[in-house]
Amino acid sequence: MNYHWNWGIFLEPVKGGDETYLDWLLTGFGWTLAVSLSAWLMALMLGILVGTLRTTPSKPLAALAAAWVELFRNIPLLVQMFLWFFVVPELLPRELSLWVKQDMPAKEFITATLCLGLFTSSRVAEQVRAGIEALPSGQRMAGLALGFTLPQTYRHVLLPCALRMVVPPLTSEFMNVFKNSSVAFAIGVLELTFQARQMQEDSEQGIETFFAVTLLYFICAFTANRVMALIERRTRVPGQMAGQMAGHQTT
Amino acid sequence: MLSDFDFSVIADSLPFLWSGLQFTLKLTLTAMLGGIFLGTLLALARLSSVAPLATAATWYINIMRSIPLVMVILWFFLVIPLLTGAPMGAENSALVTFTLFEAAFYAEIMRAGIQSVTRGQVAAGYAIGFSYSQNMRFVILPQAFRNMLPVLLTQTIVLFQDTSLVYAIGAKDLLKASEIAGKNYNRPVEMVVFVALVYFVICFALSYTVKRLSRRR
Repeated sequence: MNYHWNWGIFLEPVKGGDETYLDWLLTGFGWTLAVSLSAWLMALMLGILVGTLRTTPSKPLAALAAAWVELFRNIPLLVQMFLWFFVVPELLPRELSLWVKQDMPAKEFITATLCLGLFTSSRVAEQVRAGIEALPSGQRMAGLALGFTLPQTYRHVLLPCALRMVVPPLTSEFMNVFKNSSVAFAIGVLELTFQARQMQEDSEQGIETFFAVTLLYFICAFTANRVMALIERRTRVPGQMAGQMAGHQTT
Repeated sequence: MLSDFDFSVIADSLPFLWSGLQFTLKLTLTAMLGGIFLGTLLALARLSSVAPLATAATWYINIMRSIPLVMVILWFFLVIPLLTGAPMGAENSALVTFTLFEAAFYAEIMRAGIQSVTRGQVAAGYAIGFSYSQNMRFVILPQAFRNMLPVLLTQTIVLFQDTSLVYAIGAKDLLKASEIAGKNYNRPVEMVVFVALVYFVICFALSYTVKRLSRRR
């Protein structure tokens, strides 16, 4: 293999600038975190709402929620990025459209976050729906029989149980958000993948570059995994989760 | 505004877009068939009682699953020519990358499938004198495959969508073709809308089919 190794490349200055390559990567890491975490927050809120609506007795609301999920799930994320970046501004009223195209601050960041947030919300919604549907139907009836209204039944009976049950599947979705945020490079967000490509071209040390970037993505996925595991332990319903069930069966 | 859209450019560039879609389909099919084949081998390795083999397979699967696909595409595009000494086109690089990448995902599905076959079946196979490989081939894998068919197909739909990411290395798939056509006619907006529609129709139809398939069984 004919490759000139140079692991010191990260501390060298970039061509035609004062920054080092490490600065580029850290900036990229910052944007990756910013896009992923804001998109995740948005996905959780919208996903819980949409997933809940899908299980309500109201036909129009359930259909709307189903359409939401199908729309965001059946178009590749990269194509959705282009839709939000190039097409949606054209659909806005003229003044607003011009403002978005020319003056909106952090345009790439906002577009990418919105796109990734909505995309992920459809996946969170599916998990939440599955969680609610997995509950015995007696829970809903018991709630209503107690005189709770439907929203109260969801708020005090169904969601507290269902949301705890979906923590494990949501763990992998949380890890996916960081991975999927890499697609934002295509609309010019200065996140890790964008910086990786830029540094590869600029420094011609592709392997070192990709190694460092891959490591940073690993750190994201690993941290996400640990955080969710902590949440899972803290919110576990005694006697209902797998780990505790085993204990009960042996006694 | 939408009223300014000129959709006639789509009709003019249809043959060009079709050539892009052909590569997208070729990539999906190659990665699906190659991925399921390699994935089954990986699953067998992961479940194997030979410890180094199981560890190696587990590492491969976990590493592939925790790196963003775009980075995997960039890695292979960079490393393959360094290893082979000859430049490799973006299209061929994509075919190799997707097959090896998807193998990790199909492997986990096949592992679940193999584990879903009841212990009595496995024991019965050995009892009638099958060796390990005969037992796998005639008893376990056919059942594992059938049990997992809907999940394998769902993964293939995800794969079909993910092929759009070859955009990162400039391979000419449906998305790239639409971008080129959009530039030629100076109508990028119409092209993005059309391509989104094509992906949506194909994926929606496929996932509807999978849903019906798994309901009938």
